Amino acid sequence: MNRFKDSEHLLRVVGVFLVGVTLFLCLRAWFVPKSFGEFGHYRGDSLAEIAALPIIHAGHETCETCHTDVLEVKKAGKHANVNCEACHGPQAKHADDPGSVKPLLPDTSVLCARCHEASSAKPKWFPAVITAEHSMGMPCNTCHTSHSPKIQGDKK
Amino acid sequence: MHLNFIYPNESELQWSILIVLYPFLTGLVAGAFILASLERVFQVAAVKPTYRLALLTALAFLLVAPLPLQLHLGHPERSLEMYLTPHRSSAMAMFGFVYLWYLMVVLLLEIWLDYRRDIVLLSRSSTGFLRVIYKIMTLGSDNISERSLHLDERVGWIITVIGIPSAFLLHGYVGFIFGSIKANPWWNSPLMPVVFIFSAMVSGIAAVMLLYMLLTKLRGFKIDIACVDTIAKYLFYIFIIDFSLEMLDLIHRIYEADESFRSLDFMVHTSLWIPHVIIQILLGTLVPIGILGATQVLPLAEHMRKKLYVIAGSLTMIGIFAMRWNVVIGGQLFSKSLLGYTTYTLHLGSREGLGTAIFLTILPLGILYVLVKLLPPWQHESLSLN
Repeated sequence: MNRFKDSEHLLRVVGVFLVGVTLFLCLRAWFVPKSFGEFGHYRGDSLAEIAALPIIHAGHETCETCHTDVLEVKKAGKHANVNCEACHGPQAKHADDPGSVKPLLPDTSVLCARCHEASSAKPKWFPAVITAEHSMGMPCNTCHTSHSPKIQGDKK
Repeated sequence: MHLNFIYPNESELQWSILIVLYPFLTGLVAGAFILASLERVFQVAAVKPTYRLALLTALAFLLVAPLPLQLHLGHPERSLEMYLTPHRSSAMAMFGFVYLWYLMVVLLLEIWLDYRRDIVLLSRSSTGFLRVIYKIMTLGSDNISERSLHLDERVGWIITVIGIPSAFLLHGYVGFIFGSIKANPWWNSPLMPVVFIFSAMVSGIAAVMLLYMLLTKLRGFKIDIACVDTIAKYLFYIFIIDFSLEMLDLIHRIYEADESFRSLDFMVHTSLWIPHVIIQILLGTLVPIGILGATQVLPLAEHMRKKLYVIAGSLTMIGIFAMRWNVVIGGQLFSKSLLGYTTYTLHLGSREGLGTAIFLTILPLGILYVLVKLLPPWQHESLSLN
């Protein structure tokens, strides 16, 4: 041991590093889920877990079986290709039990601005306004009809 | 300027002032370390008074360097996942290991080996809580025999030699991350890592020079003019290389004049005119190079040289910060359509605002204060074996 007397402190540093690496490997074994990397750079078990989650969207075809009047209005307007749940949110529970689960109507002053707030990124042909100047906080459906966004009473 | 040619993901800048700060801080680390290695490996004895200060400065800035990234990303607890489940194809993720290597294997080890004699002596002479700290730092070995110190010197030398390419890797990597983004013509250049390394050396050397002059003045000691002269000389040489490389990049872009050139040229003449041309190139590069050049050729008095070094060093720091700003922010001001431009609004009090950036710039100086108190860089001669 005397041979290492003057290099003992260096061996201690090596020891500290080895303890650090061992600790890291233990932490890794503890924290990283067993199924990690099974199919790719993610937890393999997550696929089955996500698949088992309840379905929350009903799909526009389901909505249209009952709301035929809205479908007719929508079909004729600019929002024909906007899915019902894009604005009304997930409605699977309402579709399962329409009598007792009633969806809340969205606040159009917030909802419409998500797409129609003016921004430098939007092409010129896309209808966009600066809502603070255009409607000053008023709900958009005061003047526009949501399902076919023309001005109410306008024949076009 | 909004011309309706900005894509939706470009109208808002994602990389804020904190991402500007990050390469600035790591650059100071790499530069300070290179200055320290001048004494250790290249035997430039004149810069010895700054050797330990340079190492402590590098450590203080390195400890703070990840904070801007963590504040920018949010969820700092997730950063550990980079180590637990590393994504080997991600340059950003692998940088975590470069950082860890540099911190643990290079900087901490070199500082420990260089300070070991002092740490052992301080563990004997100090009392109370400080004694416990020093005792822990000795790792339970108080052997400071001549042979053991000689071994420290040899191992320290090897670590410094390994440390030089590591410092290059640390900051070259930051440049690589920008330079390899082929979708962005402002960043995409193989010269980017090299320019980053040299600008890092410039900023780190200037920072240690300023810190050395300031701390020596505050302590009431005389500034070692031979030391500052030598640092200024190296700063001048490296600055010229750095400037030449940046100009080479610029000339190459002008001559090549690819499809992005008109868009970038417009940007340099409008929104980037002040930060790029006036602050970075004129005030932050040409003026300090001119001042440093003048100190090399004119027979100036000592007090005059000191003043000029302070002015040149401060302008250099501003210039290098502006370079980081122009790279990070400048690279996000134009659209990939090459027809649209956006603007960056710097907030004061937000998580990624000016206040946070100022705090993160001052924080390393606070850490350096603690480090200097704990491990005085100028105590080597005064401590004696008793």
